[in-house]
Formats: sequence, C-alpha cells, structure tokens
Amino acid sequence: MSAASSDLLTLVAGIFGVLILASTVGYVLQQRLSPAGSNASIENLNARIKAWWIMVVLIGIAFVAGRVGVLILFGFCSFAALREFVTLINTRRADHWALATAFFIVVPVQYYLLWAEEYGIFSIFIPVYAFLLMPIISVLRGDTERFLIRIAEVQWALMICVFCASHVPALLTLNIPGYEGRNVLLIAFLVIVVQLSDVLQYVWGKLFGHTKIAPKLSPSKTVEGFVGGVLSATLIGAALWWITPFTPGEAGLLAFIITLMGFFGGLVMSAIKRDRGIKDWGNLIEGHGGLIDRLDSVVFSAPIFFHIVRYWWSL
Amino acid sequence: MKAFATKAAAAAIVVFARAVTAVRAIWPEDGLPSRPCIYFANHSSHGDFVLVWAVLPPRLRNRTRPVAGAEYWLKSRLNRFIGRDVFNAVLITRERDKRTEDPVAQMASTIDTGSSLILFPEGTRNQSDAPLLPFKSGIFHLVTARPDIDLVPVWINNLNRVMPKGEIVPIPLICTVTFGRALRFLPDEAKDAFLARMQSALLALAPKPVGGSE
Repeated sequence: MSAASSDLLTLVAGIFGVLILASTVGYVLQQRLSPAGSNASIENLNARIKAWWIMVVLIGIAFVAGRVGVLILFGFCSFAALREFVTLINTRRADHWALATAFFIVVPVQYYLLWAEEYGIFSIFIPVYAFLLMPIISVLRGDTERFLIRIAEVQWALMICVFCASHVPALLTLNIPGYEGRNVLLIAFLVIVVQLSDVLQYVWGKLFGHTKIAPKLSPSKTVEGFVGGVLSATLIGAALWWITPFTPGEAGLLAFIITLMGFFGGLVMSAIKRDRGIKDWGNLIEGHGGLIDRLDSVVFSAPIFFHIVRYWWSL
Repeated sequence: MKAFATKAAAAAIVVFARAVTAVRAIWPEDGLPSRPCIYFANHSSHGDFVLVWAVLPPRLRNRTRPVAGAEYWLKSRLNRFIGRDVFNAVLITRERDKRTEDPVAQMASTIDTGSSLILFPEGTRNQSDAPLLPFKSGIFHLVTARPDIDLVPVWINNLNRVMPKGEIVPIPLICTVTFGRALRFLPDEAKDAFLARMQSALLALAPKPVGGSE
C-alpha cells in the first residue's frame, strides 16, 4: 500500500469517527430535547449531519475513482452551482445563447483543460476568453436594456461557480517534489479545514456567541463563533500537517489564511443573498440549503490556497 | 407495444424535465385534494403541463389530463404521439368555426370519468411582460356545469426563462411549481368576479421578482 492511500485511509477513518460522534450527539439531543421533532434547531442539526454523511461518501467515491472522478464531481458541482446562481440573476431573452454557452461550453471546457493539464489556458480561459466572448454573444441580439448589469452578473457567476470552484481539483495538477501521487490529500486538507471551520464557527457561536459580527449580512454569525472557529480550525489544520507537504507551522498558517478567506467568502455570498431577497441559494442539500450555501467558503479559499502552494511549493 | 412506448416516453420526458429544471414542488399545507380537480396554471411555455405533471405524485398523475390546443398537438406525428398518446391530453379546437365539439362539454365529460384536468385559463402562452394575461371564460363555463369541483391554482416559475419561445436549447435553470389551496365556485358568483378571484389566487402564488430589478 502506498503512503498516499494509507494516509487517505487514516483520514477517512478519522472523518467517519467524527461523523459517528456527531450523529450520536445529534441522536441524544433529539431524544432528550426534541423527541417529537418539535425543536427546529435540533431537527436542522440532524438533517445537516445526515447530509454530511452523503457528501463525505460522494467525495470518498470520487477520490477512489482518482483524477477523473474528482474532475467529474467538481464539474457537476460547478454546473449545479452555476444553475443556482443564474436562476437568481437578471437575464433577458437576448442572453439565451450566452447562457447556453456558459452551461454547455464554458463548464466542460474548463474541466477538460484541467484533465489535459493545460495550466496556461486553464488559468485565463474564463477571465480572458469567456470575459470577452460572452458579451459579444449577448450584444449580437441588440438588446441594450440593463446590458452592463446582465453581462457583469453572468461573468461573476462564471468566476465564482466555475473558475474559482475549479481551483479545488486544480490542486491535482501541481507538481510538488517529494509529494508525488499524494495531491488528492491537498484537496482533502483544503476541504476539511474550510468546512470544519464553518462547522466550528457554528458550534462555537451556538455555545458562546452573543456579539453579532455582521448583523446586516448574516445575523447568525458572532464574534465568539468567528474567533473560536478560526482558531480551532487553524489548530486542526496544523495537526493535519502529515497529509500535506508543509511543516506543522506552515500548515497552521495556510489553514489560518483559508479559514479567513472562507469566512469572508461566506459574508460576500450572504450579501448577494440579501440583495436578492432570499435565504438560501437552493434546496439541493437537506438542512444546508443550496450547493452554493455549502460551497461558498471553499470557493473563496481555493484559488488563494492553490496559488500560495503553486508559488512556494510546486515546481 | 404502443402502451410500452407511451409509458417509456412519459418516463423519459419526466426525467429530462427534472434533469434540466431541477424542478421542486411547493405544496399547500393541507395537501392536494384526493378527488378529481382542476389544476389551473399560468402558461408561458409548451413545457408547462409537463412540469406540473412531473411533480404530481404518481397516484394523482395517472389520472390527470392536460387540456391543450388541438391545432398544435395534432400538427405532426411526434406532436400527436406526445400530446394524445403519452399525456392523454384533452384536445380542444381553439378556432370557433372549426369546432365539432364543445370544449366545455369535452372537459366536463372528462371530469365525469374521474380524471383531473390541467388547465391554462389564459388560453395562450403569455409572451408579454405582465405576469398573467386576462383569463378566458372557459373555466367559468366549466365550473357552472360542474360547481362542486375543486380548483387548485398552480404557479409555474421560471420555465419561460428555461425555454423562451423560438429557442431550441434549454437553459438549465431551477424551476418551482407552487400549488395553492383548493378553491370552489361560489353559488351565484358572477363571471367577472369569479375570474378575478381565480386570477388573484394564482398571482398570490407567484414569488416576488428576483434579480433586484425594479
């Protein structure tokens, strides 16, 4: 058994342990406080834990299937996230072909470029080519009503849901000396730290939170939750150094950076939801809301994490 | 053989509609009527009744028939197969002088056989910027003939953006189908009052416009 797969097994065992613990706690809380399903917070907590099991199993299957599996998983995530996003933006009939291009050409091409390991074109395909070609496709219909808003929103949707999200599987393309064949663990590190940070901010906030940190954007986020969540996720990141090419100190620093990015990403996406007058991006994940609700923090941290690792660690 | 082909086609169309639109149904608190009823919905796309049909529980779906224009659904072999054979539509002739059957009598006798109807009271697809076109009077004449029937308003959201008139490629946006509480015809209710009440019950289900637009 290779070092990568034995590390992955240890990691999977650890995650299953955490989920079993979470499910047990959820079950006990339900039996004690909400036996008839009357406590909405506890019902939601249990729905979330159940959804976590499904998400962990899906990611696990993708990891076992290897590079193609991970690309397909994140390709579908981009597609579903783009669908949630575009559903909420200003579009007019004149944007029909531009939107069809976004869904059926831009998404597959971006992930094809990752598969082909064409880093140069991968990193500029959406910021340059899509950025220039999408408004051209829209303008050909001659409808100028709210034109700037329409093209800007579609570009934003592509940047967030496709470009940024594709930087998670892009970690597989990095060539880090002494870390060959283990890149999938970098994805695990990023996703675990950022998602645990979200969960821990929620837990710390529920237990000790009383000072609201951004009352206008996200009334449930508190200073206590933020500090406790970021610090504990940073410590967990440092403790996971053995699955990364980093030293424990470096792993902690990177974990700190990506949890901060994830936190602010959550705020930005909340502001967009408020602007559009919605509570959740969709209903794809029971208890969590839409896919973007779960992915927002990962999307904001992935490109930064990717570029830091690419600049300082990869060839 | 044909029965199998229509079943398979129905299943394929439902799977396709669900895959493209990730359609989600929002039910009224007290559920749908279990007796035959009239689902009346806003109309902006040929796919409208497919979406309503796709979200209905199979038990109710099997005895629900859309009411559709004969001109369109008898136009070609494929249209005929989908409209008449797969969805078992009650086909009514829109142009008065070409009619051989009275549409209201057709719909009433369908209800008498124990079927529910999916009806688009606007009469034609809404291509305007208004959320709803004024209702045609057919639904009024139908309920005066069958005054005990439950009327369920159904708002179909976003399908006009998925597949606007004249486009070939659908954009995979999320659609919702919102079912309201069942309504009844009130004794001696005048035509205009009844139609206005139905229109406002349907409009009440429409989500507030998103997109931050004015």
